[in-house]
Amino acid sequence: MILEVNNLTVKFGNQKVLDNVSFSVERDGTLAIIGPNGAGKSVLFRTILGLIPYEGEVKWAPNIKIGYVPQKLFVQKDLPLTVQEFLKLKEKGLTNIEKVLNSVGIKKTGILKTRLGDLSGGEIQRVLIANALLGSPQVLLFDEPTSGVDIAGEETIYALIERLKKKVDLTIIFISHELDIVYRHATDVLCLNKEKICFGKPREVIDKETLSKMYGEDVKVYRHHEHHEY
Amino acid sequence: MNTNLYILLITGALVGAVSGYLGSFMVLKRMSLVGDALSHVALPGMAIALILNLNPMLGAFVALTLAVIGVWYLSEKSEIYPEALVGVFFTASLAIGILITPKPELLEALFGNFEKINIFDGVIIAASSALIFTAVSLISKKLLLGIVSEDLAKAEGIKMKNINLIYLLLVGFVVALGVKFVGTLLMGALVVVPAVAAKNLSGSIKSYQILGSLLGVVSVVFGLLISSYFHFSSGPIIVLVSILIFLLSYIFKKHRPNGT
Repeated sequence: MILEVNNLTVKFGNQKVLDNVSFSVERDGTLAIIGPNGAGKSVLFRTILGLIPYEGEVKWAPNIKIGYVPQKLFVQKDLPLTVQEFLKLKEKGLTNIEKVLNSVGIKKTGILKTRLGDLSGGEIQRVLIANALLGSPQVLLFDEPTSGVDIAGEETIYALIERLKKKVDLTIIFISHELDIVYRHATDVLCLNKEKICFGKPREVIDKETLSKMYGEDVKVYRHHEHHEY
Repeated sequence: MNTNLYILLITGALVGAVSGYLGSFMVLKRMSLVGDALSHVALPGMAIALILNLNPMLGAFVALTLAVIGVWYLSEKSEIYPEALVGVFFTASLAIGILITPKPELLEALFGNFEKINIFDGVIIAASSALIFTAVSLISKKLLLGIVSEDLAKAEGIKMKNINLIYLLLVGFVVALGVKFVGTLLMGALVVVPAVAAKNLSGSIKSYQILGSLLGVVSVVFGLLISSYFHFSSGPIIVLVSILIFLLSYIFKKHRPNGT
């Protein structure tokens, strides 16, 4: 196991944001975390990264290097920081930077002199993945962008990750909003709605019951609507 | 121009350079107003030092260090951003400072008087400037990563709390160095304004920081020359020179849509 999480509870003030969550991740596995908005997915990420206090146990395999791809970067539009300068905060060698950018599908070198604030959503995402890969991590934590990422006919971020996985020993933990992506790319899934709803192989554990436990409200609204029409 | 003015210009230029450099981070951290008001805290410290017959820079340094620790503690520990508290606390210390500063020294403490800077001060300022510059360079990468994303920096194992404290202490230090030139009311502006102007003109961090330092130097040197020629208080002139540079940078930016 590369990560073991036992009875994890996170509170913001008196409110429990995560309640007694347990799961584990195997080396070289791909774990998807799914759940509705406000289910605590990003909080779970920030917790296992050690960014916020928690109760319970988060146990990483020893000497593990983690690459983190946040959902979004809130940079000022006119932040005078170029892609090259940003990536150099982590890695001095320009050849290595160019190599990693190439591997995430950024071929044009012009982007190095572009400011972070001038990048498109898809480019930012790729630069963030490049940044995470620069430390040669064994684990990649990937918080999926909700929307607005144009990948314009190229390979999707997930195909990119699959390709990277084939090259190196890489464990992936990603947050997703699309079941389709989970079925196609994840070896395991954790369904979350403040507490653990299900955990296991996607085709075995995702069913009507778990879905309604997670997205219950939506199901009700849908039925009501249907009823109204007839 | 006498030798003394040369020394003043050199030490002033050093303070301007370091102020602009530190200010470049302050502006990106969106702490311009805190930086601006921070210098007010120096006054009660200077007053107490004057009463005790000590070097006012030392008093300013102690007062600023305490204030910085307070600001840092509030911003790290409390849930809400301490902007209002900073406003109240800094103004209070200014009011107390005005009351307790000995009358003959009040005007120069508020607005700066470069003629009171002696060779001993000059040596301290030069040595300290070099020290501050080196210290900030050492934490510069971590500071920048924290500005881009605090989460990314923490995920890298960077202790942002400590980095922020070190940075703010250095800002307090540079304000203490500059109070004799610019005065406690306006010294904060020397930290912030050159950096804001540099931001208008820069497309990369490298050019931004070099330009921030450079504009700090230009502001102090021209400010000192003008005020020594016309016998004005140095503080307001230095700050007005920096504001003029800012206005020019703003016009320049407007005429260049893709500012790189």
